[in-house]
Amino acid sequence: MLPDTSVKTLDKVVVRFSGDSGDGMQLVGNIFTNVSAGLGNEVSTFPDYPAEIRAPQGSLGGVSGFQVSVGRGVHTPGDRADVLVAMNPAALKQNVRHLKDGGVAIVDVDSMTESDLRKALFTTDDPYKELGLRAQVVEVPITSMTRATLADSGLDAKAINKCRNFFALGLICWLFDRPMDAVERFLKKKFGKKPAIFDANMKVLTAGYNYGHNIHASVSTYRVESNDATPGVYTDINGNTATAWGLIMASEKSGRPLFLGSYPITPATDILHELAKRKDLGVKAVQMEDEIAGVCSAIGASFAGNLAVTSTSGPGLALKSEAIGLAVMAELPLVVIDVQRGGPSTGLPTKTEQTDLLHALYGRNGESPLAVVAPLSPTDCFDMAFEACRIAIEHMTPVILLTDAFIANGSSAWRIPEDNEYPAIRPPYLPQERIDAGGWRPYDRNEENLVRYWALPGTEGAAHRIGGLEKDCVTGAISTDPVNHEKMVMTRREKIERIADDILAQEVIEAGVPTDTLLVGWGGTYGHLRTAAAELTAQGIPVDLAQLRYISPLPSNMGEILSRYKRVIVAELNTGMLASYLQSRFPSAHIERINKVQGQPFLVEEVAEAVKSLLKD
Amino acid sequence: MEQTTFPAQYKSDQPVRWCPGCGDHAILNSLHKAMATLGVAPHQTAVISGIGCSSRLPYYMNTYGFHTIHGRGAAVATGVKLANPELTVWQISGDGDGLAIGGNHFIHAVRRNIDINILLLNNKIYGLTKGQYSPTSARGFVSKSSPYGTVEDPFIPAELVFGARGNFFARSIDVELAVTQECLVAAGSHKGTAVTEILQNCVIYNNGIHSPITDRQYRPDRTIHLVDGEKMLFGKDKEKGIVQDGFYLKAVTLGEDGYTIDDVLVHDSHTPSNFLHQQLAMMDGTDLPLAIGVIRDVTTPTYNDALEEQIREVRAAKGFDSLRSMILAGDTWTVK
Repeated sequence: MLPDTSVKTLDKVVVRFSGDSGDGMQLVGNIFTNVSAGLGNEVSTFPDYPAEIRAPQGSLGGVSGFQVSVGRGVHTPGDRADVLVAMNPAALKQNVRHLKDGGVAIVDVDSMTESDLRKALFTTDDPYKELGLRAQVVEVPITSMTRATLADSGLDAKAINKCRNFFALGLICWLFDRPMDAVERFLKKKFGKKPAIFDANMKVLTAGYNYGHNIHASVSTYRVESNDATPGVYTDINGNTATAWGLIMASEKSGRPLFLGSYPITPATDILHELAKRKDLGVKAVQMEDEIAGVCSAIGASFAGNLAVTSTSGPGLALKSEAIGLAVMAELPLVVIDVQRGGPSTGLPTKTEQTDLLHALYGRNGESPLAVVAPLSPTDCFDMAFEACRIAIEHMTPVILLTDAFIANGSSAWRIPEDNEYPAIRPPYLPQERIDAGGWRPYDRNEENLVRYWALPGTEGAAHRIGGLEKDCVTGAISTDPVNHEKMVMTRREKIERIADDILAQEVIEAGVPTDTLLVGWGGTYGHLRTAAAELTAQGIPVDLAQLRYISPLPSNMGEILSRYKRVIVAELNTGMLASYLQSRFPSAHIERINKVQGQPFLVEEVAEAVKSLLKD
Repeated sequence: MEQTTFPAQYKSDQPVRWCPGCGDHAILNSLHKAMATLGVAPHQTAVISGIGCSSRLPYYMNTYGFHTIHGRGAAVATGVKLANPELTVWQISGDGDGLAIGGNHFIHAVRRNIDINILLLNNKIYGLTKGQYSPTSARGFVSKSSPYGTVEDPFIPAELVFGARGNFFARSIDVELAVTQECLVAAGSHKGTAVTEILQNCVIYNNGIHSPITDRQYRPDRTIHLVDGEKMLFGKDKEKGIVQDGFYLKAVTLGEDGYTIDDVLVHDSHTPSNFLHQQLAMMDGTDLPLAIGVIRDVTTPTYNDALEEQIREVRAAKGFDSLRSMILAGDTWTVK
């Protein structure tokens, strides 16, 4: 049963600037508000001054805040902020209660000094822990970068320090796509008569904006909420963490140690970060010299008997293609995580898209089928990462897990599973009796699912050689025989197709009233499409939804589902990749399309409108 | 110590398909013998390769073997060793596979000091693709892809190894079976990345490329076999030696210009400084004889040992016994 979820805070975002009362928080808050209003956003603000005009610097009493909600349907400044800017420890302490769980705290790390921590009455050196912060902390050296930016400005230290607020504003403008020229107009108005101050503030503003660009800073302004409140212990996770933890669960359930070979790339890097921390659970996470080395080290680890994973995003998937083909050919388990981002090439590194689907399915030389799965939501990343591992190991194949920037960064409350909630994963080890009987060959298969046996190096009596060359279907020795090659191509394909017998049937979320319209989506668009289908149904336009998690192979009931509907509408964040894949598999289906390629998730409303518009015809 | 393993145990049943007269045959035999001397059981051994003539070698070993893709052998071997440090891992590569397409993985494996043994079979040509120049071909070398001669300088493999802060480098010649064996046994005993360059003759596309140094009539004067603790002597009657000349090395004839045996350097492959090792490795058979044998063999911490140690420490400090226990130690709330 798919979890009932909904996507929230689609249309507005709450930002809170906080610092010492001399830090100019009200000024930058106002500028951000005005620029947003100028872009057509609705705005609502809440300046939060200290009682004292100038309480002692760095003290709790001296903190000044400015909260603004911008977007659509804005009626209040917001209960709690999605993003908090804290210019010093006192500001962080005073404002942490105004920050949402799972929000983002941007902190001037230069201010986290012993003396400032004491002024803010922190008793330890770890203010985040002391506050029990349930947020993503982005530490930014705001003060030192401001100083570096203005080192040659001729301004004195005091004047330079007064520009720190504009570094913070620049970073916020990057995060929410506020154009610099609009900010510049406001600065001109305010500082037009003081060109030196205007220049300095512009420079620092631009430096802050560029810093956001350079570090690929991003915040998810979306939150996918589960409407399921099963009793249990909960925590807050984003999709990348859920992915990392799902892999660890699969390692525990398969008894195979977890190995990650990876290379940093936005927006997948947090998976590497999380698994690097998990040495405390015995995980080996290795930062290799490049993307190719990442996947190749994982393939080596798989050969040696580990649960082997590589994590990347689009450009990295392209680099890994040849090696993934090797894993197809050698028939080794391998999990490839692709956190999709905007492409092609470097594209839009921090933005979300579903444009790697055909690459995942077909992007290798030769006939090289593999399994492709896609989680529906941040928490589903846990389940589908686990499932990717299960399929990889039990079917001795590479599996590509297609998440995306939206669910990778999006967070959600998640019930921590009990140990018995996930099944054991059973590696197809070479049985000892086959070794004892002699005559075992490395491509002997289980006739039922065509899976070859996994003989782990170190096992006596099972030494064997494998590789990327075609091999004889019986002996496993190198073979260039034409008929044998075709037979092996068909066998490798059939092996993938038979995974369909080992996965869940496709579920249809029904409107509750008869309808001949089916909305089809896949992966991370689930929250939006489900909400859109529900809204359409509520408006008297009943729509069923099939959201695919298994794409290769497709669930065995997929054809039957499509044949039940007169109208099949595939909605996806690309120009029609799943639609064309389904059309090629099911030529008789009448498939219509809703597509968006803007580096942004769907809006519920635009999906609903697009469906209505199609149904008019 | 009684030898418990024998070369034949390391030979697979596959027919060897290298060209008749190819230097790889001799190297394969030397490797079988070295493995038998080292005594690691075949099933505890993994042999990894990329693509190229030399990369066919795993098929001829009765060990675990993986013939991977072009240039990536070092990265795959790294994963094998880290996943199961109990295995003894060998990687077979050539000058194209290891130093061109795989150059990045090669230097980073050396830098990390993963405990693998890399055999670099250097024939200064691309054989499998039928005769193009390689990154070790000399400037001006004429080949099918450089019909007017190359206009680029080659890598010297030893220099790359030292540049990547390597701590084991040995060199041999395909026909010097005993020296090759000696190098491979030392490589196999060394903890950390051990690179052994073997000058190999491609009988089809680059026949005789090493002849000016390796031919029987030149070899005594143009090569020197370095042995730990022994004087650096060469020549037919060991009448020549290597001496220090300021910052540089010089080849001298004993009894001439006042040089005696006392002036000749003694080889020490274990000294931590790589200064002299580099100079020895860079001798090229012209003014100074080409060095063969184990040139540098210094033990430093390996990546795989450090990784295991760090995992042990962190696990002991945190004390989690499962994913669930780790998550529950973080921020959670309960829904009743």
